[in-house]
Amino acid sequence: MSYVDPITLLFASIFTSNIILANFLGTCSFIAISKDLGSSNGLGIAVIVVLVLSSAISWPILHYILIPWNMIYLDLFAYIIVVAAVVQALEMIIERVSPALYMSLGIYLPLIVANCAILGVVLFMEIRNYDYVQALIFGLGSGIGWWLAIILAAAMRKKIDKSNVPAGLKGPGITLITMGLMAMAFVGFSGILRVQ
Amino acid sequence: MFPLSTLAAQALLIGGVSVLMAVMISVIDSIVNNYGDVQLDINGKKQVTVKGGSKLLGTLADQGIFLPSACGGRGSCGACKCQVKSDVGPHLPTEVPYLTQQELRENVRLACQVKVKADIGIQIPEELFNIKKLSCTVESMTNLTYDIKEVRLKLPEGSDLTYTAGQYGQIEVPAYGGIREPSARAYSFASAPQEKDTLEFLIRLVPGGTVTTYVHKFLKVGDKINVVAPVGDFRVHDTQAAMICVGGGSGMAPFRSIFRDMEARGVLGERDIWYFFGGHSVKDLYFMDWLKELAAKYERFHFIPAVSEPGPGEVWEGKPARLIDVLAERFKTEIPRELAKEGYLCGSPGMLDASMEIMRKNGMTDDKIYFDKFA
Repeated sequence: MSYVDPITLLFASIFTSNIILANFLGTCSFIAISKDLGSSNGLGIAVIVVLVLSSAISWPILHYILIPWNMIYLDLFAYIIVVAAVVQALEMIIERVSPALYMSLGIYLPLIVANCAILGVVLFMEIRNYDYVQALIFGLGSGIGWWLAIILAAAMRKKIDKSNVPAGLKGPGITLITMGLMAMAFVGFSGILRVQ
Repeated sequence: MFPLSTLAAQALLIGGVSVLMAVMISVIDSIVNNYGDVQLDINGKKQVTVKGGSKLLGTLADQGIFLPSACGGRGSCGACKCQVKSDVGPHLPTEVPYLTQQELRENVRLACQVKVKADIGIQIPEELFNIKKLSCTVESMTNLTYDIKEVRLKLPEGSDLTYTAGQYGQIEVPAYGGIREPSARAYSFASAPQEKDTLEFLIRLVPGGTVTTYVHKFLKVGDKINVVAPVGDFRVHDTQAAMICVGGGSGMAPFRSIFRDMEARGVLGERDIWYFFGGHSVKDLYFMDWLKELAAKYERFHFIPAVSEPGPGEVWEGKPARLIDVLAERFKTEIPRELAKEGYLCGSPGMLDASMEIMRKNGMTDDKIYFDKFA
């Protein structure tokens, strides 16, 4: 695979291979939290931080421990521990810095551990053989992409709330359809460049 | 065969990564959860400087102020309510189920859930200042039945504990066996307040219970044990109404205290009392002689024992019946309907709810039914 320069990778991970709209990773908290713009913004930023930190910690573990020791098959174990620890640390920091955000995120904050976007990004980093700078940029870009998608969705849901949605589609139903439409819109970016 | 060295390397890897992350978390914890010194204002009267970062319940206990807590800070009893005057953020989901609408408006909080992060002002009932932690010595332990022990504790010199019959104390046991942390649970006093230097408790062995197991299996005469007391508002209300008391099993404890207190004050014969006591089989009953004696001595004291399933070979003079069925039956046959009544209940939530239902059916209102529910 040819080397992708960091700027391109950042752009690609935000728009053309958006972690949620192109890969559909991290949908459960996306659907649950996107009903409120403020919490969406908070969770989006939390996801950015977790992604950057997880990538930053996982990469050295992969390249200095797993690969030299020939134990790549344990990657999931190692990554899960890293992600859980980063989320725990972030939870403590948010509780201190912004109790209001801590309350509004509620159970979804610790659930970032189970947000597949995080593990997905770290695994992409491994599969696509990124170097350290690329890993950080990809983590940051994917985080920004997730944040962008959730605040766009939250903004749309504000409008949807005021419109006449069929009873059976209220809530998650219409959100999934909205996500699908957003994904189609994002497909438009994919002609610009392609990073897999 | 899987090589052992690979296994060791795997363990080392996973362990190493875990240790690394644990170190990271504890470093962040020590920075983030360091709230420094904060001012604690109690009732606008007492101001103390405490270290922030812990739960309010524990912070107050360090200051020698013990809010009632039957569950030991797990957020499962809702006893440690206190009104917070300063802003400590919105109510947590763990608090809301225990608070009434009015309490929510008045910012009443569960002290075991609220973290002390900044200067904080609280309002607590004055009498809580009297609650003390007492280092007692086990004076005697008697088996009343196969699973209930009477534990007598000697109070420390000069402790000057005053309490009302019906109140309880929190017994603290140290970490033992597989239990890593000290635990505390509430037990009613069975002794009379007139006995100045000793406390008595009736403690039933609850299978799997942390404190009861310790008391039954490990506690010995001569051991030191901490009791936080006196706590609770279960007491006899000073009226002339007939007392309908229900307390089976170890639920006899507060009634033993109450009857002994009334007898010592010479008022036991002055109002009508029905005491319903029972168990599954005859071997669950205890203090029968004492209760029968009271019934014989005082005309207005009625003792009604019940046994639901006498064991093989046991002799039971009456008809086998559950305690609550006996209660319902006596309301029909013996307790005059027009009599002003008060209900006093102590026992498991199931028994209490069933008894209250029967009392309501017989014209008693909730404001005249007082209870001490096992948490």
